[in-house]
Amino acid sequence: MTSFQQLIARNQATLGTRRKMINAVMLTVTGLLTLLVLFLLFWIVGYVIFRGLKAINLDFFTQTPRPLGMAGGGVLHAIEGTLVVTILAAVFAIPPGILAAFYAARNPNTPLGVALRFSTDVLSGVPSIVIGLFAYAVMVKPMGHYSGLAGGVALAILMLPIILRTTEEMLKLVPHALYEGSLALGAAEWKTSLSVIFPAALDGIVTGFLLAVARAAGETAPLLFTTLGNERYDIAGIVRNGVLQHQSFFMIFGRIVNQPVDSLPLTLWKYAQQPYPERIEQSWAVALVLMLFVMLLNIIARLWISLRMRRLKS
Amino acid sequence: MTLQVMTQIKHATNGNAPIKVDVNNLEVYYGKFRALTGINLAVREKQITAIIGPSGCGKSTLLRCFNRMNDLTSNSRVNGEVILDGQNIYAPGIDVVDIRRRVGMVFQRPNPFPKSIYDNVTYGPRLYGMRRRADLDEIVERSLKSAALWDEVKDKLGQSGMSLSGGQQQRLCIARALAVEPEVILMDEPASALDPISTLRIEDLMHDLTKDYTIIIVTHNMQQAARVSDYTAMMMIDSQRAGQLIEYDRTTIIFTSPKNKQTEDYVTGRFG
Repeated sequence: MTSFQQLIARNQATLGTRRKMINAVMLTVTGLLTLLVLFLLFWIVGYVIFRGLKAINLDFFTQTPRPLGMAGGGVLHAIEGTLVVTILAAVFAIPPGILAAFYAARNPNTPLGVALRFSTDVLSGVPSIVIGLFAYAVMVKPMGHYSGLAGGVALAILMLPIILRTTEEMLKLVPHALYEGSLALGAAEWKTSLSVIFPAALDGIVTGFLLAVARAAGETAPLLFTTLGNERYDIAGIVRNGVLQHQSFFMIFGRIVNQPVDSLPLTLWKYAQQPYPERIEQSWAVALVLMLFVMLLNIIARLWISLRMRRLKS
Repeated sequence: MTLQVMTQIKHATNGNAPIKVDVNNLEVYYGKFRALTGINLAVREKQITAIIGPSGCGKSTLLRCFNRMNDLTSNSRVNGEVILDGQNIYAPGIDVVDIRRRVGMVFQRPNPFPKSIYDNVTYGPRLYGMRRRADLDEIVERSLKSAALWDEVKDKLGQSGMSLSGGQQQRLCIARALAVEPEVILMDEPASALDPISTLRIEDLMHDLTKDYTIIIVTHNMQQAARVSDYTAMMMIDSQRAGQLIEYDRTTIIFTSPKNKQTEDYVTGRFG
């Protein structure tokens, strides 16, 4: 009987060659595919920058659109619309998202906690156009008109599962010892959550929030059904008119949120279909702005995470 | 074990100090599992009482009965009495918050809040409504001095409590517990995560604290129990895996002439 040692000694030469060969092949294959993925990524980013940069100038950010067929003008209306809709969505989604996450993190095995986690998973899988349709049914239809408000609701529903999930995960990462330490001093549970657990998880919660905003800001489908689009949307103009006519703050605020608005993704979609070269060019520029905005949010979120990690280690 | 024998254990120590916490027939259940059975223990005021025993014998469970931290474990149930200054803390209508103020706790791993040193110490006093800056300043200085940390941190009270070393963090946690002026301090292996020098500092500190406080400490480290404690309670699991108290006496007696064979085997290192 040959021992294991003898077997290895006999086959060492062939085994070694074989191993090195497989290693080289696999390294080449995985390396090439990595390059392919990177190439696709840089192609998209590079091409958008290449096509988009031409139409970007100061007017692009400060002017509303000129009449069709005329050169110049900008997409201020879409930038303002995106900001309004995203801010509204964040305001709607953050309080319920964070508070429900507290509940789920503290009571994971209660029927309500299980139901919440299950519905969050389902909600995050619902196609965004269905959410747009839903917002149309519950907001646009009863109100009788399209509005930034309805768009905010649609995006809020889209952001909710992301905020809920990241917040819940971050709350779970807070060491149980902190929780016990606070209770051992006689703190009530709500007080512990508010002044120990929440601050300890805040960085992570903010990160999740930024990712949710980045996701929502790039969505088109929910806005098709809710905000419609509005090339004459101009917040400065609304405020100027309102002040001249001595309207109250709420009246002016209502005018800003309660009318059809435009947004960057919607403008990109519409401009790209129009037969005017200026608009096509501008739609590439809109794509560039949108892409940079979302990338910026992602980079900030990532920096935030790595800074937090470094602080936790030291 | 008959009640008579248990009573003997409980009062075997005829110390001079009055009884601060009196445990009578304490049982703890986790669901159907009985974790502690028939605990009778008289903890004496301004003394250090060590609870020793092998892993899993219910030392920490017993410790957590003194400030009702077991309430936090779902499906736990406690029978029997824990009498603190004549008042059963498991009686209905007892304010758990007040119990936890009077019975402070220091945990195995230092757990400072991710706040400044100052805010860590004032967290407790603020809970009870103290707001005046001068009062808080005074408490911070007094608590940190009592915890032998003041000289090391007095110039950086605004820094995060997490930035301190492990030993300093543990003393910060002790200061945090002292800030609400407790009567009893529970320590759950307070030095097991620390290096030998930090451990010695904590032990010295415990000795100083007995001027004002009653201390109950759970420890795995028998030398530590022998070094710091006045009384030692020896625990062991019975045949149903429930933790019970098998001997309780002055520390010198437990470590030199224990009456129970199991205690003798344990403290001499033949078992556990």
